[in-house]
Amino acid sequence: MTVPLLSVRDLRTYFYTSAGVARAVDGVSFDIARGETLGLVGESGCGKSVTGFSILRLIQPPGRIEAGSRISLDGEDLLALSEDRIRRIRGNRVSLIFQEPMTALNPVFTVGDQIAEVARIHAGASRRDAWAKAIEMLTLVGIPDPADRAREYPHQLSGGMRQRVLIAMALVMNPALIIADEPTTALDVTIQAQILELLTDLQQRFGASILMITHDLGVIAEVASRVVVMYAGEVVEEAPVRELFASAHHPYTEGLLTAMPRVGRARDRLTVIPGTVPPPTAWPAGCRFRDRCPYAWERCASEHPPLYDVGVGHTSRCHLAVEPERRAHPHPPLVATEVGA
Amino acid sequence: MSGNDAPRTAGARVNGVGAGSPLLSVRNLTKHFPIRRGVLRRTVGAVRAVDGVSFDVASGETLAVVGESGCGKTTTGRAILRLIEPTAGSVHFDGVNVLSLDRRALRALRRQMQIIFQDPFSSLNPRMSIGAIVREGLVIHRLAEGAAADARVRQLLQEVGLRPQYASRYPHEFSGGQRQRVGIARALSVEPRFIVCDEPVSALDVSVQAQVINLLQDLQRDRGLTYLFIAHDLSVVEHMADRVAVMYLGKIVEIAAATDLYREPLMPYTQALLSAVPVPDPTRKRSRIVLTGDVPSPATPPPGCVFHPRCHHPRRDAACTRIVPPLEEKAPDHWVACIKQPPTVVGDDAQRAAGGANTPERYLPASAVFSTR
Repeated sequence: MTVPLLSVRDLRTYFYTSAGVARAVDGVSFDIARGETLGLVGESGCGKSVTGFSILRLIQPPGRIEAGSRISLDGEDLLALSEDRIRRIRGNRVSLIFQEPMTALNPVFTVGDQIAEVARIHAGASRRDAWAKAIEMLTLVGIPDPADRAREYPHQLSGGMRQRVLIAMALVMNPALIIADEPTTALDVTIQAQILELLTDLQQRFGASILMITHDLGVIAEVASRVVVMYAGEVVEEAPVRELFASAHHPYTEGLLTAMPRVGRARDRLTVIPGTVPPPTAWPAGCRFRDRCPYAWERCASEHPPLYDVGVGHTSRCHLAVEPERRAHPHPPLVATEVGA
Repeated sequence: MSGNDAPRTAGARVNGVGAGSPLLSVRNLTKHFPIRRGVLRRTVGAVRAVDGVSFDVASGETLAVVGESGCGKTTTGRAILRLIEPTAGSVHFDGVNVLSLDRRALRALRRQMQIIFQDPFSSLNPRMSIGAIVREGLVIHRLAEGAAADARVRQLLQEVGLRPQYASRYPHEFSGGQRQRVGIARALSVEPRFIVCDEPVSALDVSVQAQVINLLQDLQRDRGLTYLFIAHDLSVVEHMADRVAVMYLGKIVEIAAATDLYREPLMPYTQALLSAVPVPDPTRKRSRIVLTGDVPSPATPPPGCVFHPRCHHPRRDAACTRIVPPLEEKAPDHWVACIKQPPTVVGDDAQRAAGGANTPERYLPASAVFSTR
């Protein structure tokens, strides 16, 4: 395998709160190849967004990236860079697209000014060139009448248009990596379709890598080539996208896939994952999913599972990898199921 | 299809629901929010949030109302309960004219008509224990008091899957899914027959969402509840609904049994909506209908068919920009507002007179078909 564009190794991002140390990201490793879209999927509180922010070192106290964590971009150690250097990487070689475009844009500047500012700061462009660049970028992301729209303020645009503006800002410097944190979650489904189409189209033209952070397995299936599933601060499964959907190995991934109502499926009762995610200040010892798992046995309580190889490019943090016969005997999970009882 | 007979249009007997009288009957429901300008706050226009909506809901049925932000689905739900006073139209619940009731009578009726809100974080009073929240309805409607009320609260919590001993805890101690269960227990406390579920699972994670959906379905089965299920997630709606109404810019543009709607969506807007849903299956790469542009402002809806500026029907023409399409029955109990999907009462002559050149022709692109069952 060639050198990946981004390599994350044993990333630990902890928050030192009055309620204790929240181990939001707790030993996460993955790679992203050039031009690849990696899906990072999981539910609220699994640590997926904190992982994305950690890559750009946007963690504020009481949060801290722990010693021993490594993040390298093109072989360069991002965690060792000075504050000044990392600032030059943000928005330049790595850019970020947020979920809520209204809060990510400055309400008192026109959208044209905000895009032009990126070109001026990072490329040292003149005022005139930067403005021309802004209009070029607005055209690229499919905004009609870009010269007029550039003079408008964020509140004058619809949610879909604002997200296009954010994508335009993210692409000004032709970044090698785009971190997209739930970029379509706040949008309506027809607008979401437009934005996903735009992102994949632009990626093919510019060859950027994308880290797509989302809770939506439908979005993952449409855009990602590989998927990393997170649960309770850890990677629990990683696989090529088709393999993940066809033969998920980890019981949590399996549960996520069956809990989803799917269009075109019979109106069966949905399979649920009982219980809820434990608090990040108190991850259980052993397997963190064990209380909610229908296969858990003694080993899961005593031994924290490593990431086992379960296929080509497919890993799973579950002891079923070495005791597969246990899968034949599901049982009610440990959590006294709060459902209907 | 019902052959060449002239289709019925929404009128005396409206879209669906058979001979028996429906539990809820909504006719021409309209809510216009005034736009005021200037020092005198004069009304200079109106946002037509809900613009002449009619439907029936049978007892024990789930009617889903779907559509995108600003389509009027939430306002419709609230106007039915008079949480927002409608501008015009009528709402009958079990034969009672809801809009004519005085405050006392309305309060009494609210025992039978409840609502569950989307946001389990802001819809519960943070200063009340969850037991007190659930108890409130019992006391207001004088259904139980003292020890009997306490016992009832414990029973309700158990019924929605919460431990009865949680009654003394406060909302912040619970997760989103658990708070939504509290909201459901509160609605159930007065033993309603009808519940408006306003995006009840949209704020929840997938695994928790499944728990709440199953709970709502169990409660419906056990208590014979009738739901108006407002949602934007079409996968959840297919799972929950018996019938589905699709709204766009304040109007119902299609209403049909869920199986028919997902198998054979006929309004071009419904087709685009269904084709846009991301499918959790990486082997199925669908072509999709990508709508251009945004939804127009409900303050200045387009003339004629409100969807015409974004429509992809191949027969679309000038007639669509002038004729307001009636909601008409294109197939048995399948009502659609589109003059280019046959059959239609808007004849060729009328369409030509409005500048149209294309005769209606059935259009159903493969990318819009979700379900073949």
